[in-house]
Amino acid sequence: MMFPDEMLKKSSELTEKWEDEVRRAIAKSPDQKARFSTVSDLEIKRLYTPQDLAQMDFGRDIGVPGEFPFLRGNQATGYRGRYWTFRMFSGMGSARDTNARWHMLLREGQTGLSTAFDFPTLMGYDSDSPKARGECGRCGVAIDTLDDFLTLIDGIPLDKVTTSMTINPPATALWAMYCAAADLKGVPLAKIGGTIQNDMLKEFIAQKTFMCPPEPSVRLISDTVEFGTKHVPKWNTISISGYHIREAGSTAVQELAFTLRDGIEYVDDVIQRKGLDVDAFAPRLSFFFNAHIDFFEEICKMRAARRIWAKVMRDRFGAKNPRSWWMRFHTQTAGCSLTAQQPYNNVVRTAIEALAAVLGGTQSLHTNSLDEVLCLPSDHAVEIALRTQQIIAEETGAAHTIDPLAGSYFVESLTNEMEAGAWEYIEKIDAMGGMRAAIDKGFPQLEIADAAYHFQQQIEAGEKVMVGVNRYVTNNQPEIPVVDIDERVEQEQIARLQAVKRSRDGRAVRRDLDDLKAACKSGANVMPLCIAAVKDRATVQEICDVYREVFGEYRDPGLY
Amino acid sequence: MPENPEETEKLRRIRGGDVRMASRLIRNLEDRLPEAKMAIKRIFPHTGGAHVVGITGSPGAGKSTLVDALIAAFRKQSKTVGVLAVDPTSPFTGGAILGDRIRMQRHAEDPGVFVRSLATRGALGGLAKAAGDAVHVMDAMGKAIIMVETVGTGQQEVEIINHSHTVVVVLVPGMGDEIQAIKAGIMEIADIFVVNKADRDGAAQLISELSAVLNMAPETPEGWRPPIIRIGNAFDPVPFSQGLDELAGAIAGHYRHLVDTGKLGDRMRRKTMVEIHEALRDTILEPILRDLTESGEMDRIAERLVRKETDPYTIAEEIARRFLK
Amino acid sequence: MTERKIRIMVAKPGLDGHDRGARVLARCFRDAGFEVIYTGCHQTPEQIAAAAIQEDVDLVGLSCLSGAHRYLFPKVVELLREQGAGDIAVIGGGIIPDQDFQMLTDAGIQAIFTPGAKLDEIVEWVRGHIKPRDI
Repeated sequence: MMFPDEMLKKSSELTEKWEDEVRRAIAKSPDQKARFSTVSDLEIKRLYTPQDLAQMDFGRDIGVPGEFPFLRGNQATGYRGRYWTFRMFSGMGSARDTNARWHMLLREGQTGLSTAFDFPTLMGYDSDSPKARGECGRCGVAIDTLDDFLTLIDGIPLDKVTTSMTINPPATALWAMYCAAADLKGVPLAKIGGTIQNDMLKEFIAQKTFMCPPEPSVRLISDTVEFGTKHVPKWNTISISGYHIREAGSTAVQELAFTLRDGIEYVDDVIQRKGLDVDAFAPRLSFFFNAHIDFFEEICKMRAARRIWAKVMRDRFGAKNPRSWWMRFHTQTAGCSLTAQQPYNNVVRTAIEALAAVLGGTQSLHTNSLDEVLCLPSDHAVEIALRTQQIIAEETGAAHTIDPLAGSYFVESLTNEMEAGAWEYIEKIDAMGGMRAAIDKGFPQLEIADAAYHFQQQIEAGEKVMVGVNRYVTNNQPEIPVVDIDERVEQEQIARLQAVKRSRDGRAVRRDLDDLKAACKSGANVMPLCIAAVKDRATVQEICDVYREVFGEYRDPGLY
Repeated sequence: MPENPEETEKLRRIRGGDVRMASRLIRNLEDRLPEAKMAIKRIFPHTGGAHVVGITGSPGAGKSTLVDALIAAFRKQSKTVGVLAVDPTSPFTGGAILGDRIRMQRHAEDPGVFVRSLATRGALGGLAKAAGDAVHVMDAMGKAIIMVETVGTGQQEVEIINHSHTVVVVLVPGMGDEIQAIKAGIMEIADIFVVNKADRDGAAQLISELSAVLNMAPETPEGWRPPIIRIGNAFDPVPFSQGLDELAGAIAGHYRHLVDTGKLGDRMRRKTMVEIHEALRDTILEPILRDLTESGEMDRIAERLVRKETDPYTIAEEIARRFLK
Repeated sequence: MTERKIRIMVAKPGLDGHDRGARVLARCFRDAGFEVIYTGCHQTPEQIAAAAIQEDVDLVGLSCLSGAHRYLFPKVVELLREQGAGDIAVIGGGIIPDQDFQMLTDAGIQAIFTPGAKLDEIVEWVRGHIKPRDI
């Protein structure tokens, strides 16, 4: 029970009066549109009142930060103890180029690293593969062997900085490189911290960087969770992602639901396949959400996420450790909300999206650069993006108090509504037999395709506006300096790779890969074998080719 | 027939396996260009060598994935393959997304494989004709096996199946297929049943329902007992390839059966009956309908019928007397 | 003779799997009355050219968001020409900076549509520039 009856009565009375007034006013001067909805087309009312929250129970549904259901935050102290991590996703060209950008970002006040790999690396191909032609270094850093990786992290204190790596099918190989690098630098695995994205389910649903079919992909993920639980306790071995699902065109509720249901699928698999106790690994699960342009929808989505996950972990999985109930997430502002037209407007969009993420309580944040609709971010653009976070942290007061929007009739109501919508999807997918079964049936993929098409139709009809694109259009386009990746990057990387292959012990690599193949077949944890292999300078593709050989390759079913 | 050197060259190239020429001809057939009809007349004598396999089933049955795997199986036997993948045209917009090809793209560069997507285009009998003629084109190219993949829900699609020597019906558990198969008359034309995605719930049920229905009429008119082949999850490589091999074997086995029992002729006769019907419809009915529509007479006829001034049969007799002297 | 349909192939060359735009475009073309052959993602230029010829399309639309368009798009044009199908038009879309437009145009890409291009703009372009090819 949230409010005393007296108050609700009064509110009801006043609201009726207000409704009459509204009717009178719009009879004379109609609203701009018939319907006002979020960017996900969730309808929003003109006014929210205490009645909208009448069914809530303060202790059960809202509470305080640091207490179940964690609606208001995981930790009692909030951002006063520590701001969210300023973690800019970055990578370009060669490892040397990226290392330079990383040092620049750290100097400018970034507090965590985040790695963007190029497409060949993301898909498990080496720079000299015919499939890599034209792609090397273009949207991220090219990493083929441990030597590249050591260059990438040159001068980075692995025991002091945490590193996130956005890598999926080849996650075991890249994480093995990180672990091997730590080892070579004398940093114990127990001290290194970071995240590997390592979330294959969302690849099948949305991003399409896949390699092997769903079943073995999930198995490899469970291997990493097990290895992390036992040997690398500060590492988040999965970043269960909604960002990409949203970028593919889903609604906010779909992003929320599919992400959390993916999380449920992984937890189920680890428990069943590895026999681990849920409290042993759950505290190290992490999430990754999109911060899209509809300000309140995003804040409510993130709050709902915390509350849903807390319930899932405590009630569905029976986790006892409160840390298992926490939802810790990284956020990235929405790439798909940015426009190529009038690109400086993107600074504004990113700022508002970042603020939503902060008010939503994110643990870590990447802000997009204004030029990312055109190319990799320039030094100047990425500096503005980083400063955006720092301004929010230091100047706006947004971080002074925890969950400032709690209690708002609108925000609590929308949070409840989004949670309900998410549970509906979760139950539906449960009824289908789980997320893998749902993916097999094409369910999440088609939901997303329909949502994407619906949004596009709304844009075409002018129902939804993108400033500079379908409204407030100008013909002058400012000159934006565009980062160019030289053709030489590919040639030089290939030369480096070939030099490594010539100088390494080829027989040792063969043996390592055979051992890895055996582990794939027997079900033994692949991580130790990967680490041994990368130390001998096995390449990313060589490791992935073992997976392809044993598990088969997944091809795009092309659901539209 | 007067010899046109350009046409002769085109025919020669098509018979030599020229994909571009063949696909262009198929396009002209789809667009119902009169020149294309001429080309088919010249091609027709060079057809009859291919084994035509019709593959049908509801959307989502996994037909394209099976066709993709069958292509690989036949290629391993060094057989050249043609595929006609048919998808529905939107009745509202006239457009279509032809998405079957996606699952067969790994064969795109194999010169021994020719995959061609066709839209139903909704016209009366139009699909059957264009697809049937497209089969002839691929046949004349020398393809050993031609697979025609359609969604087996409409009357037209069932007709296309009649252009095949072997008909494979693909069912999936839990999609209400059981009921549909029995109702749609597909049971009568099927030579092979595939229960696909047989790892799903309801597979055993579907198989037993299917067997029960088959037991009531166990043999086709050619004396062939349609097998029921289970194929599991496409990502489970060993069981999938076993099921697939069984299917490829059954397809080859059916063709052999037709040849051995001399029933290939019956099938081909059935095929030609369909083709004659369609050719007659095309040559006689279509022009009449076009004439009536273009001159506006069709509208006037419709009006008279609405006002009950006459009935459809009387109209038909009047028209027949007028046009068919 | 029935009305001749325009056949368009929508393809994603290279390793980039971001297919939201390609899929929306496929639906849009269908709604505009065209026949669309969608190849799915992760196609090599060789696969795309071979498929385009098999399907006798009038136009190939390529989508790439990974920056690899500079190699991939011209390669498709080159392969089509090599195989005697130079009359098949090719257009491109995705993350393509202005400075690459000239190079792509010179290589034979007839139009480039970047993020924010209206769907009906693209359809109008097709209607204005693409005719079903001659017999």
